[in-house]
Amino acid sequence: MADIRVQSADFDVAAEVAAVQAGGDAGARETGPHDIGAIVTFTGVCRNDGGRLVALELEHYPGMAEEEIARVAAEAERRWPLKGLCVIHRYGLIRPGENIVLVVTASAHRQAAFEAASFLMDYLKTRAPFWKKEHLADGTSGGWVAPRQEDDEATTRWD
Amino acid sequence: MKIVYFAWVRERVGKTEEIVTPPDDVRTVAELAGWLKGRGEEYAHAFAEPDIVRAAIDRRHVKPDAPIAGAGEIAFFPPMTGG
Repeated sequence: MADIRVQSADFDVAAEVAAVQAGGDAGARETGPHDIGAIVTFTGVCRNDGGRLVALELEHYPGMAEEEIARVAAEAERRWPLKGLCVIHRYGLIRPGENIVLVVTASAHRQAAFEAASFLMDYLKTRAPFWKKEHLADGTSGGWVAPRQEDDEATTRWD
Repeated sequence: MKIVYFAWVRERVGKTEEIVTPPDDVRTVAELAGWLKGRGEEYAHAFAEPDIVRAAIDRRHVKPDAPIAGAGEIAFFPPMTGG
């Protein structure tokens, strides 16, 4: 059911929300359309980091990126009663202000949608095979972004 | 055995992928990393802190003690920073 995409192109948040809603309607054979009561979206955006950053270069592991996101999405669907789920993760050169990642979760009630979106982002951060390299305003490379311990801790809270 | 590298592991090794034939006594991911580490300065640099480098076998995360027998593709990479 989950719609998972790994792409270099940008995405349109409103269009993806509409697609999740339409997909939920199409899948709701027993209850009829419009049984989605809550849609949560998370958009991860490239920040300029106080003006020092001109771009992030996102490297990924083709094949595994899609498969790992699908495994995390399947776990989210096992844990919460979702009626729609979309994850889009971009790769390539991304500039401040541009989108990096989108998670859309839909459910009958808000709590499942909120929690599933939070779970997905925590797991994507630590398990999806993507790596960020910084390009700095002075023309040099800032090197590879180091993992944050808070991200690991955020993931373990779902254990 | 096909090995692929990503991010700073790839940069340090200086290649994106290669075919290697480790000796028979190299049985786990950790042993493979240790064997690679001895292949030259670039590998020694990439695997200088073996506890930091992560691995996947056939596009699934694995722990250092995972057996490599039968693996089609083994990947080594730094901790992930997506999202």
